[in-house]
Amino acid sequence: MPHLRENNTALISALRGLLPSESVLADAEDMRPFECDGLAVYRQLPMVVALPETVAQVQSILRLCHAHGVPVVARGAGTGLSGGALPLADGLLLSLAKFNRILNIDVHNAMATVQPGVRNLAISEAAAAYGMYYAPDPSSQIACTIGGNVAENSGGVHCLKYGLTVHNILMLKVVTMEGELLTIGAETLDSPGYDLLALMTGSEGMLGVIVEITVKLLAKPERAQVVLAAFDDVMKAGEAVGSIIAAGIIPAGLEMMDKLAIRAAEDFVHAGYPRDADAILLCELDGTHAEVSEYILAVRNILTASGATEVRTAADEAERQLFWKGRKSAFPAVGRISPDYYCMDGTIPRRQLPHVLRRIGEMSAEYGLAVANVFHAGDGNLHPLILFDANKEGELHRTEEFGRSILQLCVEVGGTITGEHGVGVEKIDQMCVQFHSAELSQFHAVKAAFDPSGLLNPGKAVPTLRRCAEFGAMHVHHGQLPHPELERF
Amino acid sequence: MLESDISAALQQQVLDAFHKETPLSISASGSKAFLGNASRGQAIDVTGHRGIVEYDPRELVLTVRSGTTLHEIEAALAEAEQMLAFEPPHFGEAATLGGTIACGLSGPRRPYCGSARDSVLGCKLINGRGEILRFGGQVMKNVAGYDVSRLMVGAHGTLGVMLELSLKVLPRPAASITVTRVCNAAGAVSSMSALLGKPLPVDGACFHGEQLYIRISGSAQAVREARSKIAGDVLPDADAFWHALREHQLPFFKRNGALYRVMVKPATPPLNIEGTWLLDWGGAQRWLYSNEDPASLRHRIASVGGHVTAFRGGKQTDEIFQPLPAPLLAIHQRIKASFDPKNIFNRGRLYAEL
Repeated sequence: MPHLRENNTALISALRGLLPSESVLADAEDMRPFECDGLAVYRQLPMVVALPETVAQVQSILRLCHAHGVPVVARGAGTGLSGGALPLADGLLLSLAKFNRILNIDVHNAMATVQPGVRNLAISEAAAAYGMYYAPDPSSQIACTIGGNVAENSGGVHCLKYGLTVHNILMLKVVTMEGELLTIGAETLDSPGYDLLALMTGSEGMLGVIVEITVKLLAKPERAQVVLAAFDDVMKAGEAVGSIIAAGIIPAGLEMMDKLAIRAAEDFVHAGYPRDADAILLCELDGTHAEVSEYILAVRNILTASGATEVRTAADEAERQLFWKGRKSAFPAVGRISPDYYCMDGTIPRRQLPHVLRRIGEMSAEYGLAVANVFHAGDGNLHPLILFDANKEGELHRTEEFGRSILQLCVEVGGTITGEHGVGVEKIDQMCVQFHSAELSQFHAVKAAFDPSGLLNPGKAVPTLRRCAEFGAMHVHHGQLPHPELERF
Repeated sequence: MLESDISAALQQQVLDAFHKETPLSISASGSKAFLGNASRGQAIDVTGHRGIVEYDPRELVLTVRSGTTLHEIEAALAEAEQMLAFEPPHFGEAATLGGTIACGLSGPRRPYCGSARDSVLGCKLINGRGEILRFGGQVMKNVAGYDVSRLMVGAHGTLGVMLELSLKVLPRPAASITVTRVCNAAGAVSSMSALLGKPLPVDGACFHGEQLYIRISGSAQAVREARSKIAGDVLPDADAFWHALREHQLPFFKRNGALYRVMVKPATPPLNIEGTWLLDWGGAQRWLYSNEDPASLRHRIASVGGHVTAFRGGKQTDEIFQPLPAPLLAIHQRIKASFDPKNIFNRGRLYAEL
């Protein structure tokens, strides 16, 4: 066969030999919905889109692409926020959308086996009949798929108590770039050999294509209740978070919003938030009836002692839902008050919150761009939303600069450049700040162990050392040149 | 407690071994030396690399050097009313965290509150090139780069010398009781499986000697409430029971002969395999003393989706862990080579091919 990479027509006709013709899209208009993920500032049409529906088809497609050196980008629902599913102009976009079946719910062993295109929320909906659910609940859970959740190691508001995706899955079926089907993990609580399940989770489509997932199910708590507390000072709210945890209480959810986020959310969904507060905390407790009552009382006392100006327990389930609706609508709410916004995602040790919020405030003034802060306070995951107007000359550029400065600040205080959104294309330069050359080289070597040809989602998640050298030359930090062992370009 | 940082000396030893291509056997107290194939190579001793680097109870994060003993760590956590949620087995007075993580062992709380691997947030290690690398961090949520820290858990030291580990820790439950009743194995399996579907604060479930043991832990109210929903008598001195189970000090574990760790789906009915059984982890981890031929035992367990470790009392030259299918083994070999290109660390300890 000729080199298909130079010969799109031949690749497309070879694909049509493997799949029904409606499952191969090559016209620009048909491929338009796949040109970006949730990070829409990056757009790129792929060479071709394939929509397989069987594992055998996925294997054939990957074998074909492998034989001809065509790069492959896998995609779930495309709700990711870091450009991880951004297509490549010379690559194939592999949509797993047709893998949308729940294969088995095994109540006795508390697990469910699903295809990667199943929506996150659909698993919990299916398990609800048995009084069970799937714990990780990213805010996009109505739309995002479980395959994408595994690729990104998605979190959600309940991470502190129930963990991330990596803590809630048991087994994966994965197709390698060579087309080989592997079983990683097991239906048992651990599996022999290296923990490849951990390695696959959050690997951003760089190591293999996930075609089946076995998740853990948990018993749905008897009761969940939420307390809302208002503060006239963000620092006091931060202090209250530490005090709740120091009291031996692990809330199911613990969220903080700052003034701008509170006002935007309140104006949007009328959640009953105090518009004049500098910060609010939402603290959800779950468990048995008596346990929740006991913790609510304890948490109310801690919040009051921490200087809350108001402490309110949701009167009923409807009000609890409303309190959460405000938080979960924070992003679109900010979207209403600004032409555009850019959502950042860094994690910091919680004690650094006052310092980090103060620095973000200072940078906001320096860059002349407003910021609304939404914070998964329990686990230190910060989402500053930078407000900007893409139609104004230079604002997007300034916004991106500001965002990078926030992520570098997160690293400086002992945190990380991404808590749950992934690196993708968005934070690839910040990886050079977080990791040294030897660590990045180790990542590349791990990738090569799974994908020696380097054709799975190339250019994402882990920067080349050359790229870091170029980035380092631009961003000399505290007078220290990162990656000093490299030649400069 | 004594604190010392000997990372430079450890790094030098690895660099020498790298240049001379001499195998190294990573050791500390030796409390888990029985597990895995016998180590070959010159000892590289991490016991001198010890001390708590950082611990702020409000962050729920602990960072320690790998040679620190579990005793010291657990004492520091207890002062702040916190604990390692995975309830690690020590198997020796001087057991270290590094060895515990390398072996990936977890205690009775594991099915309900997570494993050793689930607790790991970050790791600093020396790879086979003598480079000191850091992965993960000291925060709960971190998706920058591949999850190399958790890859170290259960790798039995074949990928690197761990220097420092950051772990998520949890508050100790305010109250805990254990309820016990007589039943048979089949009844125990179905009772323990049924508990998985109930929103009760269960954090231990074991069947041993015709007796089912259910541990309930949480707030005082939660424990009182759950107690009324679980049939049986309250076990006096329950801590001693769970400790003896975790440390393999129950009379069950005093037998001679080969002890197998059998991992199956928790609701798997009692298996008709000759030998003496103890069921832990709600039925998901089963201990078996048996004279059955190991190969046929593996085959039987694999047919129900499980796997077997020849845990103790067998020959340390035989196959200890469940063999891997060829394509997975090939990936293991490439991962091993990526960390340890000259194959100096714990050669053959996990699998002969690694």
